[in-house]
Amino acid sequence: MTSTDTATESPDGVTTEITPLKEESEFVTTRTSSPRRRALDIVVRSVVPIVLALIVAALILLALGKNPLQFYGAVIENGLVGQNWQNSLVMMTPLLLLAIGLIVVFRGQLWNLGYDGQFLLGGVVVAGLAPQLIKATSPGIAYLVLTVAAIAVAAAWTFIPAWLKAFFGTNEIITTIVMSTIGVGLTNILIEYVFQNPAVRTPQTRAIDPGDMLPYIPGTQVPIGFIVALLVAIVFQFVLSRTSFGLRLDVFGSSAKTARHVGINSRTMTIVLFLISGGLIGLAASMDIFGQWGYMRTNWNPSYGNAIMPFVFLARLSPVGSIPFIAFYSVFATGGTIAAQESGVSVDFLQIVVALILVFMTVTEYVGTKRDLGQSYLPDELKDAIRKPLNAFTGRMAK
Amino acid sequence: MSASPTLAPAAGVISLTGITKAFPGVIANDDISLDIVNGQVHCLLGENGAGKSTLISILAGMQFPDSGSISIDGVPVTIGSPKAAMRFGIGVVHQHSTLVPSLTVLENLMLGEGGLTLKEKRAASRLEELSGLLGASIDPNILASDLALGQQQQVEIAKAMWTGSRLLILDEPTSMLTPSAIESLAESMSRLKAEGLGIVFITHKLREAYAMGDCVTVLRGGRKVGELSPERMSSLTEDQAQAEILRAMFGEDLAAAGGLESAAELAGATEAAPETSRVDVTSRPVRLELAGVSSVGKSMDVSVTDISFAIHEGEIFGIAGIDGHGQAGLAEVLSGQRAIASGTVSLQGIDITRLGVRSRQEKGVRYVTDDRLHEGTVGNLSVAINLLLKRIGTAPFWRFGQINKPAVNDEAKRLIAQYTIHTPSPNTRVGTLSGGNIQKVLLARELGRGARVVVVNKPTYGLDLKSVRLVHDLLREFVADGGCVVLISTELDELIELSDRIGVISRGRIVGTVENDGGADVAERVGHYMIGGSAHDID
Repeated sequence: MTSTDTATESPDGVTTEITPLKEESEFVTTRTSSPRRRALDIVVRSVVPIVLALIVAALILLALGKNPLQFYGAVIENGLVGQNWQNSLVMMTPLLLLAIGLIVVFRGQLWNLGYDGQFLLGGVVVAGLAPQLIKATSPGIAYLVLTVAAIAVAAAWTFIPAWLKAFFGTNEIITTIVMSTIGVGLTNILIEYVFQNPAVRTPQTRAIDPGDMLPYIPGTQVPIGFIVALLVAIVFQFVLSRTSFGLRLDVFGSSAKTARHVGINSRTMTIVLFLISGGLIGLAASMDIFGQWGYMRTNWNPSYGNAIMPFVFLARLSPVGSIPFIAFYSVFATGGTIAAQESGVSVDFLQIVVALILVFMTVTEYVGTKRDLGQSYLPDELKDAIRKPLNAFTGRMAK
Repeated sequence: MSASPTLAPAAGVISLTGITKAFPGVIANDDISLDIVNGQVHCLLGENGAGKSTLISILAGMQFPDSGSISIDGVPVTIGSPKAAMRFGIGVVHQHSTLVPSLTVLENLMLGEGGLTLKEKRAASRLEELSGLLGASIDPNILASDLALGQQQQVEIAKAMWTGSRLLILDEPTSMLTPSAIESLAESMSRLKAEGLGIVFITHKLREAYAMGDCVTVLRGGRKVGELSPERMSSLTEDQAQAEILRAMFGEDLAAAGGLESAAELAGATEAAPETSRVDVTSRPVRLELAGVSSVGKSMDVSVTDISFAIHEGEIFGIAGIDGHGQAGLAEVLSGQRAIASGTVSLQGIDITRLGVRSRQEKGVRYVTDDRLHEGTVGNLSVAINLLLKRIGTAPFWRFGQINKPAVNDEAKRLIAQYTIHTPSPNTRVGTLSGGNIQKVLLARELGRGARVVVVNKPTYGLDLKSVRLVHDLLREFVADGGCVVLISTELDELIELSDRIGVISRGRIVGTVENDGGADVAERVGHYMIGGSAHDID
């Protein structure tokens, strides 16, 4: 998060003080950053962290005595080849919706980190009520009613943090995480005491009949939730980049001061953004339960939000831009789970790769910002720390 | 008084050789070489954007030059961080206060120290030593927020010299000082000089450069374009020196600036005086009236108490005062950004107290903020969008919520042409423009289409001289057409040049109003209110 902050702010403070020299334009052009170069720069900065993470992950695999080429080969095999790409798309559906839900608030520089609680609460509404509602009415009505209900419940779960933030400035990172923990617990209680399937002894809800799940996209085994996710991505891309709401949101996110200056009501904006974010997370939950799982057990938490966190930043908070990144992760996670089992590596290895991407993303942003500012890449203290022992060492050698 | 043992040896020189520093699109420093000799005041002159700030940040370790070298007493050094600069005894006093208002003077001074425990006794004796050196008396236990501006600056200097100093860099230290405070600063500087310190003195006022400096270096467009050695300085009269410096500062632009005389006026070579053709505006109808307006705010800068004044059509009402004494609060109360706790604001007799920013905008109450980079504009958005920032969502620029790009671009092009904003295109990111052009974007946005009252907060801060004149002309034009302006500024010269009346704000209250009648003592009268005098003490 901090890395994006510095990236947006840094160049301005420096360049504005200086007037360009007209008479030296030919000398200057080599240093001018053209839009094309900037675009290239963004692509490089987005892809480099992934490449570096994969290389380091390969080294870790080598250290564990596994063949990294074989592992990555198995990832592609199981995530992409044959009919396996369809599994990846199924996985992609909730991830993409969740990503858009995060992008909307992150653009406003608000941090909704309570996605787990919001997702599970939205999900339990669907899983808990769907089997009976489908029986009582029809699948179509159940999809519609319960999706709206999941959206409403997940959005409502963001309201307390949003209200605290808007009116009292309470740090939303803490409040959303706290609310998330409560939400996870509440989900377990609901499953065990309200929605428990009487036919089994394990704590879980009744399952939706396989025939009543979301229909597939014709010719595939991918539920239509995937189409919904793509549509939502396109709609939000339009809203964020072409409408007055999107512009107000960008102004609000760039600087709360400017927002106030131009008359944007930051309280309304904060609450609206949180509600939209929660709503999209609820939609993700509904599409995931209706499309993939059909029921919920206690202590089930896919933690989708943690997995996609680096990718929404690599996509520079663009809904459509996040599609390839989420697709990459879906393939990697789908294929990786099987590849890990085959090669005897823990499935948690995937989390390590995500963490590595985050680390290299921070490093790439840091180096990029330093380069924009024309500063030395290494911090002075680090240079000293290396130089001093080195000098002492070489000095001793000379004696 | 003996030299402090922590001071560097007197005979010494810091040499910059061939310093070059480029930023994307701009060469800020181009092959600059200069020697800063201990025991001399070295004036650095040049317009904003000439490369002074970059050169200073290189000396202070905040930027690293692309090429060129720095040597201290003949030994090549690398100044890689502010910490390193401090180790070399290079101290910087920045234009803005860096003191923490809620801490005492002594605590502020000890902030930069390492170690586990605070060494108060040692710090107190160091402060005593330094205040003797500066010829100032500073109470170590007073809160920084309670210091007068001149004292604040003395503390800043002490802070810059805290760990021992051989070079002191003063970045435009005089811009918000009253004439008497400038005198005492000059005295402190000559004492430090006598102690063998090197001083780099940055200013854009020629008369100060001549009065306080031993030698002068002039920068223009990132290049060193002129210098006066100490010998040459002392052999020239003030007028000769000024003429020489002006030619270097403006070069071939001197004719464009309107000849030597008008350039001299721009560059603060002469004392400020109000325009001669001042008309009496008090007989005109009242445009804006404040009655007992108070606001609630967490800091002094944003809270105002019991403000009452009336401004007439065609009037410029100046607000003078030490920075951070409620200027921001006053501006925000007028623009509708800050809620009013009590009192009323009325525009042409109509109560607008309860209206928010957007409704006041529509009624013609506009605000040009002083924070043009972080409040007035969004640096990452285009010039066109920034020009329409306060009209987001309105027709014809947005239709059914969707942006109408051709309409936005047409309006932007119109404003860019009208206000001669230098930008490659309306789609250029506004953050890449120069300060003067960003200010023009703000003025274009606020002065146009039915503006009645414009609040301008430090409108020329950090601008080059040509832009300063342009901003002044725009404001004069605006009042000539019957508009009215609340001009908040910390530059006394500017207030005297433009205002009809000058109100002085202190601790959120208007403590006095001075009629700007062209008298020679206007500056001193304003200064008197600023340092806490009341109306009775005058005469």
